[in-house]
Amino acid sequence: MAERSFKKEVEQLRMGAGGTFRGEGILAVTKALLENGVGYVGGYQGSPISHLMDVFSDAQDLLAEYGVHFENSASEATAAAMLAASVNYPIRGAVAFKSTVGTNVASDALANLASGGVTGGALVILGEDYGEGSSIMQERSHAFAMKSQMWLLDPRPNLTSIVEAVGHGFRLSEASNTPVMMQMRIKSCHVHGHFTASDNQRPAMTVSDALQNPKRDLSRIVLPPAVFLHENEKVERRWPNAVDYVLQNNVNEFFGNPASKIGLIVQGGTYNGVIRALNRLGLADIYGETDIHILCLNAVYPLCDSQILEFCDGKDAVLLVEEGQPNFIEQSIGHMLYQNGRTTVLAGKGVLPMAGEYTGKRLIEGIAGFLRAHAPGLLPPAIAKTNEPEQTGIPDLSKVVPARPPGFCTGCPERPIFAATKLVQQELGEHHIASDIGCHLFSIMPPFDLGSTTMGYGLGPASASALQNRDKTGKRSISFVGDGGFWHNGLTSSIGNASFNQHDGLIVIVDNHYAAATGGQDVLSSRAANKSRKTNNPIAKAVEGMGVKWVRQIDRTYDVTKMRDTMIEALTSTEPGPKVIVASSECMLNLQRREKPALAKATRDGKRTVRPRFGVDEDICTGDHACMRLSGCPSLSVKDTGDPLRDDPVAAIDQTCVGCGNCGEVADAAVLCPSFYQADIVSNPTASEKRRASRTARIIGWLQSRRDARRMTFA
Amino acid sequence: MTIQAPIIARRSPGPQGEKIITLAALAVGGQGGGVLTNWIIDVAEANGYHAQSTSVAGVAQRTGATVYYVEMCKDTGRMPVFALSPSEGDVDIMIAAELMEAGRAVMRGFVTPGRTTLIASTHRIAAVSEKVVPGDGRADASQVIDALGLAADQVVAFDMETLAAKAGSVISSSLFGALAGSGALPFPRDSYEAVIRKSGKGVDASLRAFGLAYDCAKGDAAPPATEGVKPHIRTLSVPARLQAAWHALEARVDRLPAQAQEIAGLGLKKVVDYQDIAYGGQYLDMVERAAKADAAPFDLTQAAAKYAANALSYDDILRVADLKTRASRHQRVRDEVRVKDDQLLQLTEYFHPRFEEFTTTLPARLGAWLQQNRRAEAFYTRRLDRGRRIRTDSLMGFGMLWVVSALRPWRRSLLRHQTEMAHVTAWFDQAMDIAATDRALAAEVLANRRLIKGYSDTHARGLSKFDRVMSALPMLRGRPDAADWMRRLRMAALADEKGNGLDGALKTIESFAA
Repeated sequence: MAERSFKKEVEQLRMGAGGTFRGEGILAVTKALLENGVGYVGGYQGSPISHLMDVFSDAQDLLAEYGVHFENSASEATAAAMLAASVNYPIRGAVAFKSTVGTNVASDALANLASGGVTGGALVILGEDYGEGSSIMQERSHAFAMKSQMWLLDPRPNLTSIVEAVGHGFRLSEASNTPVMMQMRIKSCHVHGHFTASDNQRPAMTVSDALQNPKRDLSRIVLPPAVFLHENEKVERRWPNAVDYVLQNNVNEFFGNPASKIGLIVQGGTYNGVIRALNRLGLADIYGETDIHILCLNAVYPLCDSQILEFCDGKDAVLLVEEGQPNFIEQSIGHMLYQNGRTTVLAGKGVLPMAGEYTGKRLIEGIAGFLRAHAPGLLPPAIAKTNEPEQTGIPDLSKVVPARPPGFCTGCPERPIFAATKLVQQELGEHHIASDIGCHLFSIMPPFDLGSTTMGYGLGPASASALQNRDKTGKRSISFVGDGGFWHNGLTSSIGNASFNQHDGLIVIVDNHYAAATGGQDVLSSRAANKSRKTNNPIAKAVEGMGVKWVRQIDRTYDVTKMRDTMIEALTSTEPGPKVIVASSECMLNLQRREKPALAKATRDGKRTVRPRFGVDEDICTGDHACMRLSGCPSLSVKDTGDPLRDDPVAAIDQTCVGCGNCGEVADAAVLCPSFYQADIVSNPTASEKRRASRTARIIGWLQSRRDARRMTFA
Repeated sequence: MTIQAPIIARRSPGPQGEKIITLAALAVGGQGGGVLTNWIIDVAEANGYHAQSTSVAGVAQRTGATVYYVEMCKDTGRMPVFALSPSEGDVDIMIAAELMEAGRAVMRGFVTPGRTTLIASTHRIAAVSEKVVPGDGRADASQVIDALGLAADQVVAFDMETLAAKAGSVISSSLFGALAGSGALPFPRDSYEAVIRKSGKGVDASLRAFGLAYDCAKGDAAPPATEGVKPHIRTLSVPARLQAAWHALEARVDRLPAQAQEIAGLGLKKVVDYQDIAYGGQYLDMVERAAKADAAPFDLTQAAAKYAANALSYDDILRVADLKTRASRHQRVRDEVRVKDDQLLQLTEYFHPRFEEFTTTLPARLGAWLQQNRRAEAFYTRRLDRGRRIRTDSLMGFGMLWVVSALRPWRRSLLRHQTEMAHVTAWFDQAMDIAATDRALAAEVLANRRLIKGYSDTHARGLSKFDRVMSALPMLRGRPDAADWMRRLRMAALADEKGNGLDGALKTIESFAA
């Protein structure tokens, strides 16, 4: 079950022509796919596009009504390969994933797809994870478009433009027999807005129709000699056709005054930011009306030479706003201008920063810098000459405000795994630890500070493969991989590799029953029943199937002692080959979302329920915070005692505690201190239970008063 | 390109004077920033505004800092071009759901004088880096509060978390109320409340929190007092037959220098509660000895009163068993975890006594002999060294701990006591020796007791830090800044677990002492 439900929102997807559709960017994309008669949809979750997969999932029934096939692809490679259905059949297909990491994984299939070309429109929706909020290396999808020759759309970040781009994407793809990528930046995926809906269209041909009438065409298969043909076809036919489509259908847009002596060429995705910068410079109104001429590239690849040359004609200088590096577009346009003997000055990187997101501040500084150099008369006097005085008097807080990186949630079952790892290192010394992608990567942050590298989804153990100790009694590598990464790529690339090469490192598979980091989507080993997917396939069985002999299944990761001891056993075992620990406990977010309301209801209904919580005896806690160095749980924090005899704040557990037990287990395994207690609150206790409790309480009370009668107390 | 000073350009309005309003919210994941953002969109749209929100989701649930961003503009029939993320110097309303997040907003340039209304909850959620420090690693809130006043045009800041909790709701409701009450948005109060009603979940509690915060923000009600420290109210109970002896001890406290009486009174109660009346006498001997060597303002006596009490009340199994089996403690747990009268409380204690704890709880000679006995240790480790879960709501579990606590009269004969007292005596004698020449340094030496805390390995690490700090004494004695250096060494020792900072500080001292 995914973290966020779109059941309510997807009802809007039925909306007919003329209705006003309100919602997030990703929801608008889904609606646009239906309006454009998509025949099949797939993809792999990952920020910022995770919710798009959740929307598809929640809209499954609706998709089925229209004869649209939907699947949760096993990986981005699978999703891209799925587009093969559009090679021979005139069926429109769309897949979505996170980029550039997803595009990396998908690029084998994408390159094959782009070589042979497509008949039906093939659209790849990319969640461009770039800039603030990104969780990956900063690269551009643009390079993939260029290397495989796929077209790249970068629509203006408003719902109407995004919806139009989906339509253009399919038609452009069909007109040029080329797969098309549409990139959505982080914020446009989550932008809330509205657009006017059109009617949904059933696909002209469904995937079932295709299966009933199979077709093949040898010339579309990527094998010599066809591949040489494909390469020529790309430049001789597909490229010109694409340029024609872009020009004839006004995919790119012009704004402002064509007579302006200066111009801006902007990627569609940066348009809103550029307009805001112009507005703040007094050069555009809030609706984007401006005297400066703007060419907005909603299609950033291919570029239409004639359009750009025409735009530059008569202009003294043009500023290109191109986010990310290398500056592919700037290089192209510079080349274009030079080859055609133009003298218009092209500015871009230099005025604007070479690398990094184009934030409001950077855009305003870049554009002002460009105008100062090329059209100083346009700028308001204050900005053209001197700037407003710098803000002064605000103290520098950088030494005071603590960083707040993301970490494990309250009650997370992965916390005890890393607490155990820290204890293992206390006992056996520091080890090389290879991390993977997923929530468990939070181990690299305080308080755990574990892990040296992360090389890609499912590649944690693979990234330790070179680190094989020749000394069989020496230290071994420890690597982590999540259940999401395991099924994505880890089973073959990590486990299979380690088994085949008899790598003797320890591999910990962190199984929280979901692809949790991306929002709790089901995976093959999820324990819940899923009405449309086959779940409940144990990881341990798959690992054994790969030939691994040393496999330990731990079904309660909160047992820190067992976790630690099993890891130590793995690191000291004489058994050759990989040692695999499958550490399984359900993601606490998912568990609480399901159990909390159920527990509350049972309690309301008068049933006996038990709710666990943890606490700290502040008189026993000495304020060393060793427990927090093995936890980092949001519900475990520090508080003042108000006791003048004490200097340091003590540990305290707040009301958000879900009673996972990690505190107590860690205190036990690490032999920290006896200040933790577990309080089980029993609602609606049975009558005999109540009688027993009150009898015990009486005896305990007698013992207490007997002791207190003989001594002084101050408590 | 020459580096330009930042441009603080203002947004220009539309033809009918309509303006884009920008609002950013900085929250810690899990605080309901998404809910708040949706409410703000709804209230704007209900008032005839275009509104657009964006967020960086993904890590929002995962305890990190998260930004939500909203732009809105009066609907005049055309669609404005909204930006998708907040820009430095261009935020009209900044909402921060926690004090340090407000500080972060200032740091990031989202709070601009003459422009930004800052709505901030002043409560604290400690970051991991603040929690893991062995001493007190919490950030200095006052610096941030001062900065807020300087950076913002208007500040609406109070503890909205406590206020929400009081109303049985969550902070998103009180933030929404503070936003409404600040008057930063041109929308009437009832339109906000209508949005909450429409949301359909926990409506009454949300409205209560909204109303409370609204009044505070508007200035119609005093914000709740900052969540101060609520020390446990402890009561002193003296059995009749001990009254006379106790009064004699109290009289000795009254004869101490006035500045030290309060703390010595507390210390006395602590050690008597820990052991017995005679132990109180032993404690006062120490404090009186310090007072004799001291002069106004009697800092040394105060330090002695505080740290001698802590040193005498070392944490042993008897102490833990005693504390865990007290009636007052049971009641405190019930309050803390909020057990209602019709509910039962089951209490499990987590113990893990190692061979060391076992032997030191034996009579000194037996304990010392066993500690030398490898076979006994091996046996213990193999058979007995494991975590114990003891149910103190059951007769069996409670009884076990009660029996251990009843060993108190024999504590003085146990191995642990003898070790502790040897250490305490050496430490205190050394301080008194120093006091003859440098009272300030002596007070710092007494305060070094703060380093010794925790149980098992933590305790051992504390002792080793104590020893390392004290090792600087020969280098420091006689220097005019000796006390200051001793204090610095202690603070360095408290700053990180392993004492890397301490090593650095010691090196510095070695370098100038050489």
